Amino acid sequence: MESKNLTCICCPLGCALKVDMEDGKVIDVTGNGCKRGKEYGAKEVTNPTRIVTSSVVVTGALCGAVPVKTAADVPKSKVFDVVKALKGVSVKAPVHIGDIILPDVAGTGVDIVATKEIASSI
Amino acid sequence: MKYDIVIVGGGPAGLAAAVSAYDAGTKSILILERDRELGGILNQCIHNGFGLHTFNEELTGPEYAARFITQVMDRGIEYKLNTMVMDISADRKVTALNREDGLFEIEAGAVILAMGCRERARGALNIPGYRPAGIYSAGTAQRLVNIEGFLPGREVVILGSGDIGLIMARRMTLEGAKVKVVAELMPYSGGLKRNIVQCLDDFGIPLKLSHTVVDIQGKERVTGVTIAQVDENRRPIPGTEEFYECDTLLLSCGLIPENELSSSMGVEMHKVTGGPVVNESLETSVAGVFACGNVLHVHDLVDYVSEEAGIAGRMACEFVQGKVKGSDGKGITVKTESGVRYSVPATINPVNMAEEVVLRFRVGDVYKDAYVSLYINGERVSHKKKRILTPGEMENVTLKREQLLSVGDLTDITLKIEED
Repeated sequence: MESKNLTCICCPLGCALKVDMEDGKVIDVTGNGCKRGKEYGAKEVTNPTRIVTSSVVVTGALCGAVPVKTAADVPKSKVFDVVKALKGVSVKAPVHIGDIILPDVAGTGVDIVATKEIASSI
Repeated sequence: MKYDIVIVGGGPAGLAAAVSAYDAGTKSILILERDRELGGILNQCIHNGFGLHTFNEELTGPEYAARFITQVMDRGIEYKLNTMVMDISADRKVTALNREDGLFEIEAGAVILAMGCRERARGALNIPGYRPAGIYSAGTAQRLVNIEGFLPGREVVILGSGDIGLIMARRMTLEGAKVKVVAELMPYSGGLKRNIVQCLDDFGIPLKLSHTVVDIQGKERVTGVTIAQVDENRRPIPGTEEFYECDTLLLSCGLIPENELSSSMGVEMHKVTGGPVVNESLETSVAGVFACGNVLHVHDLVDYVSEEAGIAGRMACEFVQGKVKGSDGKGITVKTESGVRYSVPATINPVNMAEEVVLRFRVGDVYKDAYVSLYINGERVSHKKKRILTPGEMENVTLKREQLLSVGDLTDITLKIEED
């Protein structure tokens, strides 16, 4: 049996997790303060995922960028691909929270959505 | 102009205070915001992780702000943007300035201070070296990247491991910059553990504890910085210098409550927090003037800011309605010792307090398996075990009114960290 020590990132408490594994399978997660920590610990050693937040260019607004995020978490290995796919993307104001900015980003099946209301300055 | 409540600042604290004051029964409210939009610093915090306590979901900063902005709009609460408050008098006359109204004065029934905080700048850090372009506070870089849409540099060194610095290490890396190292003067990080994991470890960015910048090179633009290890007195150790080539230095070296308005109106300030001394109602030493959010003490989570601001809003409303009398200075000072650096509120008068008051505080060092203890008149009334206590995270203890009233003559409230 091998075990991995992780810091849970589900919330700011940052619980110190210990994940026990055997033959690549998770046997037990300890040290978690809540249910989410258990799920995170198991997932982090088998299939780690992240919500990616970034920004894209917006025109016709007072500001130059609109913040965006992946509508769901994507595999950690795809994080840089997601950000790369956003290069050159530009939208026109107005933008609303939840607007789909880029569907199925980098083949993840997850949409990029806006996270801020941007009023038109025209 | 006359309003029952004037709120200085339209960030998370100001917005939550406004909503709660309105819901408690005061309809005449005005929020004054100096930026071009409501939401404050949340607008540039585009990463996720906000609102787990308040909304039970993980939101980005702008989304969290939008929830409260919507609540303000739904209630028709008035606000003025691009408006700078110049002065507040001790009898609550607020002098402000903007392009439409010019210089104007508002008579306020109560004032809520919600101005937030400011980053510690290079000038306050005494870093030797040239003064070239390319040195930014982490928050300035954050605004440039996330709101204006510019990347301020390509090769970056970060001094200080505050949360904004850690978040910017990830953000700049994702945008194609190379973050070479994060140097932290203290032997522990000032940021949240989860941010070290997901912003540095995920990208292989080294964190050097007990290190600081001892020289900045470059005349027009930063060309590199020298980092050295420091001893237990935080003095650089000769011979440990390392040179890093870079074009940008980000500073994430602490936040300071922004209290020029508060101190010039005569509000008593707290030596440790840098914010006003407040009583159980979050009221300052000036009657009818309340404070909440980062102007009061720097918070780790915005959820706690909203919670605290909600109390300030409700208490300001009760003051306006004449349900509570203004600050009389008769409260007992909460003593803080053995590791507890401060307590907000700083004074408690059990006669005026609600059923419960949350004492928020920070510790001065890292403690493992230690206890947070509360003593009333020398008797321990609460003893809570914590697996870890760190200076980067805010802690709290709930004080019950009945605990204080049951002892009869209240002489002492003490908060401390104990080994067992």
